[in-house]
Amino acid sequence: MTDLVLETCSLNKSFGALKATDAVSITLKPGEIHAIIGPNGAGKSTLIGQISGALPPDSGSVLLNGQDVTTLPPPARARLGLARTFQISQLAMEDTVLQNACLGALGASGKPWRFFRPALSNTALRDAAERALERVGLLEHAATRTAELSHGQRRQLEVAIALSLSPRAFVMDEPMAGLGTEGSATMTRFLDELRREAPILLVEHDMDAVFALADRISVLVYGRIIASGTVDEIRKDQAVREAYLGDAE
Amino acid sequence: MTRRLTREGLLNLAVLAGLVILPLWALWADEPFTITLATRAVVLALAAVGLNIALGIGGLVSLGHAVFFGIGGYAMGILAHHAQTYTSVMEWPFVIEGTKNMPIIWLVATVVSAFAAFLIGLLSLRTSGVYFIMITLAFGQMFFYFAISWSEYGGEDGLSIYVRNSFPGLNTLVPIQFYGLCLAILLAALALYSALMRSPFGLALNAARQVPERVRAVGLDPFRLRLVAFVISGAITGLAGALFADLNRFVSPTMFSWQLSGELIVFIIIGGVARLFGPVVGAALFVALEHWLGGLSDYWHIYLGALLLLIVLFGRGGLIGMFAGRGKIHD
Ligand SMILES: Nc1ncnc2c1ncn2[C@@H]1O[C@H](COP(=O)(O)OP(=O)(O)OP(=O)(O)O)[C@@H](O)[C@H]1O
Ligand SMILES: [Mg+2]
Repeated sequence: MTDLVLETCSLNKSFGALKATDAVSITLKPGEIHAIIGPNGAGKSTLIGQISGALPPDSGSVLLNGQDVTTLPPPARARLGLARTFQISQLAMEDTVLQNACLGALGASGKPWRFFRPALSNTALRDAAERALERVGLLEHAATRTAELSHGQRRQLEVAIALSLSPRAFVMDEPMAGLGTEGSATMTRFLDELRREAPILLVEHDMDAVFALADRISVLVYGRIIASGTVDEIRKDQAVREAYLGDAE
Repeated sequence: MTRRLTREGLLNLAVLAGLVILPLWALWADEPFTITLATRAVVLALAAVGLNIALGIGGLVSLGHAVFFGIGGYAMGILAHHAQTYTSVMEWPFVIEGTKNMPIIWLVATVVSAFAAFLIGLLSLRTSGVYFIMITLAFGQMFFYFAISWSEYGGEDGLSIYVRNSFPGLNTLVPIQFYGLCLAILLAALALYSALMRSPFGLALNAARQVPERVRAVGLDPFRLRLVAFVISGAITGLAGALFADLNRFVSPTMFSWQLSGELIVFIIIGGVARLFGPVVGAALFVALEHWLGGLSDYWHIYLGALLLLIVLFGRGGLIGMFAGRGKIHD
């Protein structure tokens, strides 16, 4: 099964007595969007932390393009083609939008050890950064100080940085959080196209977006995957409806 | 790319003009002591420019930068001491002679400081916040006590050098010539700082200060970025230490003192953290106050403290920030 882009094998993680990740095995195939849904505190971000390398699992393993990366720190995983976005935007607020995007391109280039020429006059870096900004619709704000962006624009920048890495897999933690209906719709269209470049493991609360985008959905409750399947299968699943969707329909 | 001169740019130019005009005036008015004061300000500014790379861009509040200042000072002291006593620094496994040649002394000061910064950084940069401050402070104290007990090189009394070291083509005994040399080095360090700030390295280091998780997520390692910044920073402060010792023709363990580390931080806060000319303004003001207020009262530090308090409370960008507004984002 080497054509899996991303795979977790029986990941476990506890915080004291709390089992935040309980034997989680999921996969991500080329070209797909695999959505992870679940109530607050289900362990979605904890799972993403283990996939990206920010959190060490207690046991289990993470494979990226067939390679075991369980012991690699986040920078090494990023260099292998894993791009994550954060549930709470992690942006250099004092810098410009363009500088933030350049940071991604700089990471992708793997050459931060340049001390004399200005980063922004490096055309390769700048082009990659501007292309990413253009795609999320932020290019006109390139020179804006990031702290002055609206919440929605920050979410877009968060995605643009991931884009500028030209990754082989995206792992996104609630990219629609706080976006409002229109913003969510735009982001949904955008992610729909993005999957052609690299598959997306998408943690999301916005059910409209998830049902519109996902090829597969896994439902995480109390750290465990209680169901996994296509949109239709999940919608019909009785256990899921009781545990999570409630009377959503 | 056309670049308009910002208010901060104008202010920097004004400070620069002052650094050129004041000593020339002193020369004309036959006030050599003013030139000595200006040299002191320029050399302390150089030390703080070094610290500003770690502290301003990297966010590394090092309370141990006197280590590098002291290493630079002792590099000068030891090499010159052996040269003036016609002994060698060491004879085994190979012979190292002393020297009175500034470029060689500077090279030794810079390389040894960089190496010390590498080792200290390796051990201390795994921590952050208060722990980092305390570890760097502890290293400072270690070097301080070591210097005190190093009786071979004067112990507590330090080392005196009879004649200032030499620089090819200049007479360093003439105050204005030595001043010009120090100013040239300060300007070179400022040029380096300015280039670093805009470079890909500076971009990454600056981001690592604000959002380390993000930097890791794009495949860069904040620890390595900080370590390299710390080494460059320590090397510059070390070079300043060599010049400082040459200015006084004297080196003693006080160059390693934590008060000096603290003063370097104070210069930066007064002038403006991460501002190109912040350390210069801070150091110049410090030397001026030290001279004038120090003549009036032994307790002049109280006024300095009050100034610092005002700046921390009301002007986050230091004096430069108060006059030039919020830092311009580098184009
Ligand atoms: N570092 C930590 N230490 C202790 N407990 C933690 C830690 N991080 C997360 N938890 C707990 O683990 C559980 C899962 O948290 P996690 O953030 O992964 O949930 P989530 O599914 O992302 O929730 P949300 O939808 O609110 O983002 C929660 O109960 C949380 O309180
Ligand atoms: Mg979460």
